[in-house]
Amino acid sequence: MTDKTEQGSIGAGTPHDVRPVKLACRNVWKLFGSNAASFIRERDGKASMADVTAAGLVGAVRAVDLEIRQGEIFIIMGLSGSGKSTLVRCMSRLVEPSHGKVEFEGNDLLKISDAALIELRRHRMGMVFQNFALLPHLNVLENIAFPLSIQGQDRPTREARAREVIELVGLRGREHFYPRELSGGQQQRVGIARSLATKPEIWFLDEPFSALDPLIRREMQDELMRLQTMLHKTIVFITHDFDEAIRLADRIAIMKDGEVIQIGTPEELVVNPATDYVAEFTRDVDRAKVISARSLMRACDGSEHGGTVAAEAKISSFSASIVSANKPFAVVNGTGKPIGEVTPQAVIDLLAGIDRSRAGA
Amino acid sequence: MTVTASASDARSRPIQVWLLVWAAALAAVLVVFLLQDRLPWAVNYPASAVVPVADWVSALMRWIKSNLSWLTRSITAVLGVPLDFALNLLAKNFKIGHGADAYVLPRLSWVGVCAAAFLAGHAVGGRKLSLLVGGCFLYIALFGQWTSAMLTLALISIAVPFCIVTGLFAGIWAWRKPWAERLIVSPALDLMQTIPTFAYLIPMLLLFGNSPVSAMIATAIFATPPMVRATMLGLSRVPSEIDDFSEMAGCTARQKLWRVLLPSARPTLMVGVNQVIMLALNMVIIASMIGAGGLGYDVLLALRALKVGEAMEAGLAIVALAIALDRLSQAIAHKQAKGHVHQEISPSLWRRYPNLTLAIAILVVTTLLGLFVPAFAAVPKAITFTTAPLWKAAVNWVTINFFDTIEAFRVALILNVLNPLRAFCEGFPWLGAVFLLGLAGYQLSGLRLAVLVAALTAFCAVTGLWEKTMATVYLCGISAFIACLIGIPIGLMASRSDRFEKIVTPIIDTLQVLPSFCFIIPVVMLFRVGDVTAMIATIAFAVVPAIRYTNHGIRQVPPALIEAAKVSGCTPRQTFFRVQLPLALPEIMLGVNQTILMALAMIIICAMVGTRDLGQEVFIALSKADSGRGIVAGLAIAFIGIVADRLFSAWTAKARARLG
Repeated sequence: MTDKTEQGSIGAGTPHDVRPVKLACRNVWKLFGSNAASFIRERDGKASMADVTAAGLVGAVRAVDLEIRQGEIFIIMGLSGSGKSTLVRCMSRLVEPSHGKVEFEGNDLLKISDAALIELRRHRMGMVFQNFALLPHLNVLENIAFPLSIQGQDRPTREARAREVIELVGLRGREHFYPRELSGGQQQRVGIARSLATKPEIWFLDEPFSALDPLIRREMQDELMRLQTMLHKTIVFITHDFDEAIRLADRIAIMKDGEVIQIGTPEELVVNPATDYVAEFTRDVDRAKVISARSLMRACDGSEHGGTVAAEAKISSFSASIVSANKPFAVVNGTGKPIGEVTPQAVIDLLAGIDRSRAGA
Repeated sequence: MTVTASASDARSRPIQVWLLVWAAALAAVLVVFLLQDRLPWAVNYPASAVVPVADWVSALMRWIKSNLSWLTRSITAVLGVPLDFALNLLAKNFKIGHGADAYVLPRLSWVGVCAAAFLAGHAVGGRKLSLLVGGCFLYIALFGQWTSAMLTLALISIAVPFCIVTGLFAGIWAWRKPWAERLIVSPALDLMQTIPTFAYLIPMLLLFGNSPVSAMIATAIFATPPMVRATMLGLSRVPSEIDDFSEMAGCTARQKLWRVLLPSARPTLMVGVNQVIMLALNMVIIASMIGAGGLGYDVLLALRALKVGEAMEAGLAIVALAIALDRLSQAIAHKQAKGHVHQEISPSLWRRYPNLTLAIAILVVTTLLGLFVPAFAAVPKAITFTTAPLWKAAVNWVTINFFDTIEAFRVALILNVLNPLRAFCEGFPWLGAVFLLGLAGYQLSGLRLAVLVAALTAFCAVTGLWEKTMATVYLCGISAFIACLIGIPIGLMASRSDRFEKIVTPIIDTLQVLPSFCFIIPVVMLFRVGDVTAMIATIAFAVVPAIRYTNHGIRQVPPALIEAAKVSGCTPRQTFFRVQLPLALPEIMLGVNQTILMALAMIIICAMVGTRDLGQEVFIALSKADSGRGIVAGLAIAFIGIVADRLFSAWTAKARARLG
């Protein structure tokens, strides 16, 4: 079995918009209540919140359109009850959507047979759960090898693969421990290893770190980033923690009441929040870590430059040096060509603005 | 202010309406009672209108017996094979060939079995459990009950796996198909658990004869329901994430069930197994009446001959067996629930299962030794001792010294309490009872419950069993009432003192595992036969749930609420009466419900000590092998239980809904 993403030519460096779409939702609805499917079909996939409520239905996911590109970390962020868990379950068909299309590499997932779905889940999808969902009667090794044994792999093959991923997530020496003997962080490492054992192409992480305490959560986020730089999976990550989303995301979709209200990079959300609701989330964000030189640059006015920065570099990465140099820095694109400059004053304003808004809060 | 006022208005009005309705209904029933000379058919069901359901059932059974005997015979033959093997292995010895030159393979040596019991206890629960379990077996051996106890154990060991497998599959089916659960499995389980144990025996006796096989089948039917329930509960309790995981791993439906869901549900399943074992033991004892043999038969014979000492001794052996089996299976369930502990994998069987291998080795060695040393084959007479004379002497002493006191107590109870109540109940107009119970059902839940309750009550009258039904209700009612009167205060005390709870818990645990038979023996010694004996034995048997649920109900009140009460300045007394007790009420009512059902089950068994009610009806039918009579009486008993259960459950559900 070859792993396309691990060996594919498309790496982390490719800009997001030119990567192929891996998974797409096209006007996906999930309504709960009697006759939910016929309700939305009769309205041709269009209904307002008021219509849904008036029909006595609950709109868990409403008119969601999004495209997840190969190799990106796509985060679905929303508070509890916003429908994010239901949405991710629609994407893997754990929950059958009431209406719409879920396309996996262009094929409608909702139309494939049960056998094809099982095959797809066995080899191409992986999922990590909030409360780990480890099987209590199996030890670490058996838990991780479980998805492989379901596929009918023999014991030596599957255990060899399980040991590989155990090594990968740093659990060596714990192979024969049972889930209840492990800490929460270790249990989630098992969950991660188990979902990676089948070398999936798309990786669903449903609030994987929400049940962990803050220090461990930070450690696990770093761990995830480390794994992603090695594996380049397509990741759909659910969280209710905006800081976590900012830290990990290539792009974020913000959900409220079953609807996606904005999709964008962390920087886009911070710079151009679509609604007050989004703005409320971004208010306390450390802007210097999110905003890049490109957003802050202006056209060169001919003054002397104290250094150069890449257009994608975050402000926090050069704020100290630009302030101490007290001269504008040239902003260069990927080929090294200057495209503008950033002034120390702009950086100071940005940093100060954060401080002022914090003082006001 | 106005809002709350109108809300309380709205709430109080229906209650007043119901008060008026009930007053009118009771008045109407009173009128019927007073006019019984004019309306005799409304008070006593007319004999001419009795529907001969019993005859129909008898005819059906006769037809089955004559037309399906090939089926029953082959079932007997098939089930007989493993059963005979177990009986021979544990109790009887294998005989190959016939007559004098038959070659005899010995049964397992008692020394080996005792050692295996020690080791089993050691393997699942450490030294304390090994001493308890081993001690129980040793007790059975030394008190000369070995062969009987092993007969009982052999029956259980064949019936239990049968129950577990059947229960598991029925539970899976019911869990998969909600319609099957609602329409078939749930009603069947209710019926199986409320029909008195005796009533099972009659059709078995007819179809399969007086043999261990029919005892085993009766046992299997009786003991299966908890496994079905545990399977349904365990499967529905598996976390939804684990369910999702199995889907995402690409499990097929079968892989999901057998490799994910059932193993995850194992702790709950083990609780079901424990209950199956205990019910099987209980039933095997009762099934001694249709040829099960074993300890139950010893008790039965001794009771019939009024040999209290022997009965007590065999009864204590049952207690020992019950405690050993219960603690052992509970320890296994507990170990499952706590989960696994990793260990180094060692290649040899001996290293991985030291207790098992040792037990097998000892069993083989001692059994082979038994071929040459008789002391290993059978418990030597010289080392057994009997306490029967002691018990007899004790009873004699009590009877001689306290006869007058006990007799005075007994007579006073009969004359002042039991007889008037009995007269009242038996004279109660059947039409009035149908009407009042239906009304209660309507108030508590609605038309469906009202119709069900009224129909079931009417069945008891229409089949001509009204007087006996009411005799059962009277004895069951007063016993359950007294059991609650004793049990609820004990439960309350246990909930308020950890020390008291520590004393009470092992006692009620033990009371609960004892087969119902055992409660009768000591009471019979003191009070001889009759209603008083039945009542006291029933109270002792049925008091457990009242204590347990009350204690649990009070203790499960969230600590945050108690803190909130304290912070608002409640005295401990106020906290208890205004916060804990109201919140625990649904749970306490559940306990009362259980107490009533257990009392009902026990009252029926008390027919053995000469009550005059439906139990007696079943008992007579059993001795005459009159299936129609027995089954109809059994159904009447089950319907009493179902009516009580449904009304109480509806009431509890209402109270729960009010608390939110």
